Amino acid sequence: MARMIIDAANHIAGYAARAARVKVVAAYPITPQTTVVEKIAEFVESGKMDIEYIRVESEHSAMVACIGAAAAGVRTFTATSAHGLALMHEALHWASGSRLPIVMAVVNRAMGAPWSIWPDFSDSLSQRDTGWIQFYCADNQEVFDTIIQAYKLCEDERVFLPAMICLEGFILSHTYMPVKIPDQKEIDDFLPPYKSGWILDTNHPLSHSNLVSPEWYMEFRYMIQEAMENAKRLIPVIDKEYRERFGFEHGGLVEKYKCEDADLILLTMGTMGSEAKIAVDSLRREGLKVGSARVRVFRPFPIEEIEKLAEHAQMFTAIDRHISFGMEGFLATEIKASLFNQKDALLVAGFIAGLGGRDVTSEAIGKIAKKSLKWMHYGKVEREIEWVDLRE
Amino acid sequence: MSNIPKTRKEMPLTPISYPTVGSMGKTGFWRTFRPEVDYSKCTQCTLCWIYCPDAAILRQEDDSPKIDYDYCKGCGICANECPVKAITMHREEE
Repeated sequence: MARMIIDAANHIAGYAARAARVKVVAAYPITPQTTVVEKIAEFVESGKMDIEYIRVESEHSAMVACIGAAAAGVRTFTATSAHGLALMHEALHWASGSRLPIVMAVVNRAMGAPWSIWPDFSDSLSQRDTGWIQFYCADNQEVFDTIIQAYKLCEDERVFLPAMICLEGFILSHTYMPVKIPDQKEIDDFLPPYKSGWILDTNHPLSHSNLVSPEWYMEFRYMIQEAMENAKRLIPVIDKEYRERFGFEHGGLVEKYKCEDADLILLTMGTMGSEAKIAVDSLRREGLKVGSARVRVFRPFPIEEIEKLAEHAQMFTAIDRHISFGMEGFLATEIKASLFNQKDALLVAGFIAGLGGRDVTSEAIGKIAKKSLKWMHYGKVEREIEWVDLRE
Repeated sequence: MSNIPKTRKEMPLTPISYPTVGSMGKTGFWRTFRPEVDYSKCTQCTLCWIYCPDAAILRQEDDSPKIDYDYCKGCGICANECPVKAITMHREEE
């Protein structure tokens, strides 16, 4: 039977791994991720999960252990943050290139130096080009649901790619919220056991992902791109099926709020999307036509949805919890790139906010919206990149 | 087993290789030094067979080694490991 529990998002990620019936978890602790794998360890210790729990000496080893397990045909899970994710970087390419549907919770934490344990997206966005699907969650229920959905997506033979489920450290990871855990049998119906295309088997030995000459390499890259395109089509379908079965839907690729008649649309990721909705309600009360679009999936990037949103709006404002030094936030970059070949491209402004865990409140988002509206009326973006609440 | 695909549609998602004998050709011609076994000294301990990194030493009925010169690259590990110096390395042209 389905039940409601009140727990922190990290623990919820553990519940989701258990509900997905993962068989192997290999992980190394790092703040703020640690309580994800602690919860799983507790499940193993109390006999609630019968899995191979591999304690390793580094995040690189954790990912490589997951690659080996997934190649042996079992469902695998891991979790990390920030520098742990950076240490995995090389192995991330091996997971996607080998087409292994590993699911990993990334509890977002800002990169050092200087040290920070608080959230921004600099860790996961640095892994943008590794061939991993990237989801960004806005609440604890979404963390649970997205992990279940991700296995369904990644294990689809049209996809066969790994996915990161990103959730901001502390804002979500250690915050308690009510979450509905569906009935296990219903989850099993939604998510059948993993069937891999090929497996490592000592009785039928093979090796995978070997050296290929220039005459073959490009085709393998193209197939990953094709899989990403397939994922883009499947994510909204899976999200809809999930709603029909379990009652929750998270917007597919982009969660839109009051966008239909909006002049200005605020584009965000993660928990800023929840704050943006509150900001939109407050701005609407002042008669300002503002909408919110939370980009839930960053890879594959929802180009077509962004284009469609642009049809009726006059301006987009991207709020990035990230900076690509020497350029701007990735969300702003991707949105501009998505629109560039359109006939009447609209104004796009980029705001940098909330780095290293600085709070991005609905009030702050309201101020961003008002500044954007001013620029919209001028018909010109005053500054390409605007840093929010920066000290003089 | 050599099923080289012609089109992208025939390709696997990631390259998969099955073990075959000599898929890289007869690598024995890379050899500069050639191991030779003095069977009068050999004690059939099988250490050379265990240590050969290329599985180019075959274990005979009586446990004495037989070197497969088609694939032996002449690394000399067998000669180094042999506790009774029954294997010696000789320049190929000699």
